[in-house]
This record gives sequence, C-alpha cells and structure tokens, in this order.
Amino acid sequence: MIRVILPPHLRALSRTGSEVMLEVEGLVTQRSVLDTLEARYPALCGTIRDRVTQQRRPFLRFFACEQDLSHESPDAPLPEAVASGAEPLIVLGAIAGG
Amino acid sequence: MSTVRVLVGTRKGAFVLTADGKRDKWEVSGPHFAGWEMYHVKGSPADPNRLYASQSSGWFGQIIQRSSDGGETWEPVGNKFAYDGVPGTHQWYDGTAHPWEFKRVWHLEPSLTDPDTVYAGIEDAALFRSTDGGQNWQELSGLRQHGSGPHWQPGAGGMCLHTIILDPSDPQRIFIAISAAGAFRTDDGGETWRPINRGLYSKYIPDPTAEVGHCVHHIAMNPSRPGVLFMQKHWDVMRSNDAGDSWQEISGNLPTDFGFVIDVHAHEPETIYVVPIKSDSEHFVPDGKLRVFRSRSGGNEWEPLTKGLPQSNCYVNVLRDAMAVDSLDECGVYFGTSGGQVYASADAGDSWAPIVRDLPAVLSVEVQTLR
Repeated sequence: MIRVILPPHLRALSRTGSEVMLEVEGLVTQRSVLDTLEARYPALCGTIRDRVTQQRRPFLRFFACEQDLSHESPDAPLPEAVASGAEPLIVLGAIAGG
Repeated sequence: MSTVRVLVGTRKGAFVLTADGKRDKWEVSGPHFAGWEMYHVKGSPADPNRLYASQSSGWFGQIIQRSSDGGETWEPVGNKFAYDGVPGTHQWYDGTAHPWEFKRVWHLEPSLTDPDTVYAGIEDAALFRSTDGGQNWQELSGLRQHGSGPHWQPGAGGMCLHTIILDPSDPQRIFIAISAAGAFRTDDGGETWRPINRGLYSKYIPDPTAEVGHCVHHIAMNPSRPGVLFMQKHWDVMRSNDAGDSWQEISGNLPTDFGFVIDVHAHEPETIYVVPIKSDSEHFVPDGKLRVFRSRSGGNEWEPLTKGLPQSNCYVNVLRDAMAVDSLDECGVYFGTSGGQVYASADAGDSWAPIVRDLPAVLSVEVQTLR
C-alpha cells in the first residue's frame, strides 16, 4: 500500500484522515499515485495538479524520504521506500500567506 | 412568515445568516469551507434550497460546491474550466500580450428557471455554463472570441468576469461585465456578443471612449425593468435606458463617484444604492464615514444614509458583489465590508444595524427571500 500525507485543507475536502492508503497498480510514480488518489477521491481533482494542464500547483511540493521530489518527472519511479509503504509521499503546501 | 437567508463569502470561509421577516434577530452559521476564499455563494431562484459556491485557494485552486438543502450540507462538483480552443492572449498590465490562464471563479449565476443550470464568470475573463448542476462546464466562447479579447486587460484584482445578469423577460439575453474590458450583451443565448460601452468615458485608457477597455465594477438591474441598467464604473456611476446600447452619467452630487457596489430597490426601480469609495488609490470610504448613498430618482440626486453606520474612524471598502436586496414588502438592503461587518437595513436603507461585526473580509453578499 502507498501512503500519502495530505495538507489539512485537502484532508477536509476529501474527508480523509492524516494519511491516505492507496493500492497503486503498476509502476509507482507521482502520476500513478496522483491518478489513483484522484480516482478514489474525485474532490481532489484539480487541487494538487492543474485540472487542465496536469502541472503540479506552484504552491505545493512533493517530499519523500527526506528528498524534494517536486521537480522530478511525474513518470519517474518514486523511491522504493514509498513503493513499499515504508515511507509516505508527502504533499506539502508552501508556508506562505495567511 | 417569510424568512431571509443571507449568503456571505469571505476571505476565509462562507457564512449563512438567517432571520425572520422582521430581520432583527439573526442566526449565524459557519464558517463553511473554513480557511478558503469564498468569492461567491448564490441560490437558485428556481429552487431556493439549491446553492452554488465558489471556493478557491492560491494553494489548491478552484472548487465548486453545491448544496441541495439550503446550505446544511455541501458536495464538491465539477471544477474543470477548460477554455474552448486555443485561448490566445490578452493585454498584461504593461500592455504586452499575455496568455489567457484560468485562475478562479468570481461569480456564479444560477438560471432563473432551472436549478441545474448555472453560469460562472471566471478570471481570466470568460463565461462558462453548466446544465447538470455544476458537474460539467462549457465555455460560451463567443464572448471571448468576439474579436476584442487581445485588447482586454486586468484590473488590479485580475482580469475577471464578475457580473452576470440574466434578463427575466428574454431568456436569450444576458449581460456580463469584465474588468477591464467593459460590458457585453448577447441576444442569442450566448452564441454571439457585442460590447455595450457607448457613453462610457475612461481617462485611464488611451482612447477614453474606446469600444472596450473600460473598468466596469458592477451592473445592477431591477427585474421589472430589464432594459434599465445601473453601473458603477471604476470612476462614474452610469445608467442605461436601452439595455446598454447607450449610457449616461448619473453621479450627480455623490462625494466621489469611485466605488464597487451598486444595487436597485426590489420594488422601486428608480431607487438605487451605491457606497462611494474615496479613490482608486485609497480604497476606503471618504472622511472615515461609512455612508450608503441612495437615489430615489434613478440617479443624479443622492442622499447619504448614515443611521446605524459608523461615522468616524471607519476605513473599510465594500467590494463589487458585496451588496444585495431582499424582496420583502419593506425592501431589505445588505452589504459586507472589508472589515468583516455585514450590515442590514430592514427599511430600504433608512436605518442600519450590523448582523455580524467580526467576520473575515467580506467578498460577496447575496440574499434569498424565503416565503
């Protein structure tokens, strides 16, 4: 199972808890994880990736295993620790604004 | 007995304020969607329990929420606003070409007859329509493709389509307004559009009487007189007696004719309300006094309404969608401020009292009269 940690506003929007568990088929990448996440929680469509361009929203970052994966290719494999469920993929909102 | 429900969008959530027809004791519900910018919340005239809300965030983009029980519960619906075809460019602040990009929904206008049909005015300016309760959205691209789009430019708040008025006497006629392009009208249900800005004069554009480029802040109509429109422009309060074909200035004796809101009494189509703001560089009421100005003569002659409103040390703004009227026999008038106050008048503006004083900055106020 893939573990995803969402920012609080997206937990409220998707009515999930602090961590979401996902069964991802095939290669575990940013794209496959987010596709699975959005399919299970349609309210999240457009909130992490732009609804039309599918680009990561500029005020969000993807962290895992103490690395910033935000600028990796969406089709690059995520770290093995994420694929195995040992570590979560963290979707983090920028600390900005009020 | 009748009740009124005031729908308030703020910088940090939505609030629902309800009262009976006396409008002196209020229940406050909220914040709904706490922490999100709620640009607009509006109910369907065809089914008052059907509400639509625009929820947005710089972090997480645009969400559209729908309620079928008068705001007790909500569900997110469709949020895909894809421009029709290649969007092209509009003018940026410095006059250079800038690509059209979706940013947020400013205004939701439910159909007068079908609860599942709703229009959305968006930034960068375009008009969308959903006919399935907000699940799917299609652009009415004849507006953006009118031909003048490359000359439209953003106001300080962004290049937003903020006003949508559906003509109750002609389902094919819609009025919209864009900052800073101006007002437009369709007479064929949104297929084709034409600018309706003749008579506007704007010193801040190269040709002050240009066909497009005017920063229209808001337009209001009384449904009993759909050919008569009232406009608060960036500067100047204007009136049209021919559905926008021509405009005349009616600023008259206002202390300043800059402002954002304008609205019309529910039963007296020549009684109109504005809240003058000092200037485009000082977005607060003049002289520290919060005054609504009312004209009972369709413009030009205005009286300040001050009873119950702060008359010293007040420096709030009232944004373009933040005034509404109810349709009770004694017309109620409501407005919200950048300071988080929502004021109500149950006597057409003669006296005012705050419903709430300490909300986040108010972006929009709508009211439903429930019988």
